[in-house]
Amino acid sequence: MEKRVVFRGRWLPVALIAPQIAIILVFFYWPAIQALVQSVFIQDAFGGRMEFVGLENFEVLFADELYLNSFRITAIFSVAVAAIGLVTSLALAYFADRAIRGALAFRTMLIIPYAVAPAIVGVLWMFLFNPTLGIVAHWLRGFGIDWNHVLDGDQAMILVIIAAVWKQISYNFIFFLAGLQSIPKSLIEAAALDGAGAWRTFRSVIFPLLSPTTFFLLVINVVYAFFDTFAIIDAATEGGPAKATEILVYKVFYDGFKALDIGSSAAQSVVLMAIVLVLTFVQFRFIERRVQY
Amino acid sequence: MKNERFAALGGWARSGLAVALVSAGLTASMPASAQTEIQWWHSMTGALGDRLNSLADRFNKSQSEYKVTAVYKGSYPESMTAGIAAFRAGNAPHIIQVFEVGTATMMAAKGAIVPVEKLMKDAGYKFDRTAYVPAVAGFYTTNKGEMLSFPFNSSTTVFYYNKDAFAKAGIAKVPETWPEVAAAAAKIKASNAASCGYTSSWASWVHMESFSAWHNVAFATENNGFGGTKARLVVNTPVHERHLNNLAQWAKDGWFLYPGRTNQGDAKFYSGECAMFTGSSAAYANVKRNAKFDFGIAKLPYYSDVPGAPQNTVIGGASLWVMSGKKPAEYKGVAKFFDFLSSPEVQAEWHQATGYLPLTIAAYELTKKSGFYDKNPGTDVSVQQMIVKTTDKSRGVRLGNFVQIRDVIHEEMESMLAGKQTAKQALEKITSRGNDLLARFERTARE
Repeated sequence: MEKRVVFRGRWLPVALIAPQIAIILVFFYWPAIQALVQSVFIQDAFGGRMEFVGLENFEVLFADELYLNSFRITAIFSVAVAAIGLVTSLALAYFADRAIRGALAFRTMLIIPYAVAPAIVGVLWMFLFNPTLGIVAHWLRGFGIDWNHVLDGDQAMILVIIAAVWKQISYNFIFFLAGLQSIPKSLIEAAALDGAGAWRTFRSVIFPLLSPTTFFLLVINVVYAFFDTFAIIDAATEGGPAKATEILVYKVFYDGFKALDIGSSAAQSVVLMAIVLVLTFVQFRFIERRVQY
Repeated sequence: MKNERFAALGGWARSGLAVALVSAGLTASMPASAQTEIQWWHSMTGALGDRLNSLADRFNKSQSEYKVTAVYKGSYPESMTAGIAAFRAGNAPHIIQVFEVGTATMMAAKGAIVPVEKLMKDAGYKFDRTAYVPAVAGFYTTNKGEMLSFPFNSSTTVFYYNKDAFAKAGIAKVPETWPEVAAAAAKIKASNAASCGYTSSWASWVHMESFSAWHNVAFATENNGFGGTKARLVVNTPVHERHLNNLAQWAKDGWFLYPGRTNQGDAKFYSGECAMFTGSSAAYANVKRNAKFDFGIAKLPYYSDVPGAPQNTVIGGASLWVMSGKKPAEYKGVAKFFDFLSSPEVQAEWHQATGYLPLTIAAYELTKKSGFYDKNPGTDVSVQQMIVKTTDKSRGVRLGNFVQIRDVIHEEMESMLAGKQTAKQALEKITSRGNDLLARFERTARE
C-alpha cells in the first residue's frame, strides 16, 4: 500500500515549497519574460532608447539566410555529437564491463575527461589541431591531409564535434556502465545457452534492456549539444571560420554580448525556447513510448 | 529516480553559483575608504597591465584625496559589455577603457557618458585639443568638434621583417610596396629562409581600414562615419578588389598565411615561422621580448601607382570613457587623474615602454630629444605614419555596429581565402551585409 504524508496546516507546505518557487521565479520565469519583452523592441546598447517594433526582430531573423544556416549547422552538430557520443561510449562501456583485469583503472581513466572544464577542452583540441603547431595536424599532413580549420569550415566543424564528443563520452559511459551492470547475468547466460553469439546477445537482450538509459542519455546529449557546448565553440573556433560553426546558442551570445543587439538576441532566445519545447515534447511523446522499462 | 536526483543537483549547483555571483557583485561595489574612490575598468594584460597598474599607483601616491582602483574586466569586448550591463543596472564604474571599434556605440549613447572636454573644463582644467596628435584626437572628437573620450592607448598598423631571414634569402631592400612584399615572399619560400613568407594580424584593420586610409580611398560615406550615423560602406572599389585578389593569390601560392582574426599573426612572426608580418605597432614589446633574431620595422606597404598613396594609417587601441551619473567630487578626481595621465613625462614613458603612439606632440618631442628613437630604430615608424595632415578619407573609420562589421569582413575574407568566392563577391557581400548592420544602428542611435 502506498504511504502518504498529509500536511495538516496550510502554511507549512507553502513555506517548504517557497524557496524552490522563488528560485524558479527569479532564475527562470523572470529572465524568460524579459526575453519575451525585449524580443519585440529594438534598443541601443545602453538601453536609453527603446522602440517597439512588434515582430520585426523575428521577421529580420527569418529573412536572414545566415540565421537559417545556423539551424542547419546546429542540426548537423547536435546529431553528430549525440550519435557519435552515444555509440562510442556504449562500445567503451560494453568492453569495460567485460574487462576482468584492470577494470577499475580503465573505468577511472574513461571518467576523467568529464572533470575538465569545457573551455579547456576547446583550447586543448585547438592546440592539438593547430594548423602550424598542432601534433595532430602534423600527423594529418603525413597522411597528405592539409589541415587548416582556421580557413576550412568543414574541418572546423569536425574539430568542435570531436571536442564536444570527447567531453561527453565519460558522462555517457558512467550511465551505460551502470545500465550494463544492472542487467541480470542469468539473462545473458540463458541467451548463451540458446546458442546466441555476442552480437546477437547484445542486439536482442542487452540493448533492449538498456533502452531507458539510452533514452535518458539521448535527451541529455541533445540538450548538451544544443546548450552546453557553447564554451567549447567559443574557445576553439569562436563560431568561425565564416560562421561555419556558429550554432544557435553561440549566435545568441554573439549578437547579445558582442554585437550588443539585444532585440535580435532576445528574439533568438525566444526561438530557442520554442525549439526546446518542441524537442522535449517529441522526445517524451514519441520516443519514450518505444522504450521498454 | 536517479535522473531526477541528478537534475535537482544540477539545479542547486546552478542557483548556488548565481547566489555566489550576486554576492560577489555586492562586495565589489562597496566603497573601500574615506578617500574618494574612482573605479577604472580596463583590458590590459601582461606587461601592459603592469604598466597600467603602476600608473594608477603613482597617481594614488602623488595625492591623498582620490584613489584610483584599476580593475581588469576581461578582453575589450568583455569589459565594454560589462560596463554597459553595469550602467543599465545603475552601477557603472567611473572610467571604462573602450576599444576603437566601440567608439561609435559609445558616442551614440548621449546621456550615458560625460564628454572629456566638458569634464576637464568643469573641474577647472585648461583643455587644449591642439596638444594632441591630430589623427588620434580626431578619432574621438564629434563632428561638432568636442572631444568625447580620453585617448589612452593608440596604436597603428606597421610592417615587421626578419633581418636574418632576409639575409639568408638574399633580399637586400626592405619591401615598400605590395608587389615587393610578394617578390620577397617568393624568394623566402624558394630559399627556405622561413617556412612562411608573410602573415598578418587583424586582417580587417590592416587590409581594409588602414589600407583605405593609406591609399586615400573612402571606406564609408559620411567621411567614413565621422559625419553622422547615415554612413554606408563603399569598399567595393577596384583598388580594394586588386588587393584582396592579390591576398587570395598569395595564399594559394603559399606566400601568405592567414593565421586568424586577431593577433595570432604576432606569434607566427616572432617564432620565426613567417619572415614578414603586418600588425599593430603595440606588438613591438612582445616581438622584442620573444624574437630570437634581428628584426626591423618599416612603414605599411602600399601600391605606388594609386594616386595619393601613402597618406596615413588609421589608429587602433582604446580610449577612456567617463560614465554619467556620478557625484561632482568624483568627477573632480577623474579630471585630476586625466591631467596626470596627459603630462608629457607620463605620456613619453608609456609610449616608449609599450609601442603605443605618443598622444601629445609634447610627448613625441620629449622622446625624440631623449634619443630613444636612435637607440631603438623603427619605433618612430608608427609616429611618422600618423603625424601628417589627415584627409576626410584618412581620418579613421568610425561606424556603428563596427564590431559586427569587422567580423563580416573577416568572414567574407576567410571564404575568399578558402577559395569559395572571388574578391569581387567578397566585397559585394561585405558591402551589403555591412550596410544592413549600419541601417539597424542608425535607428537606435541618438544624435
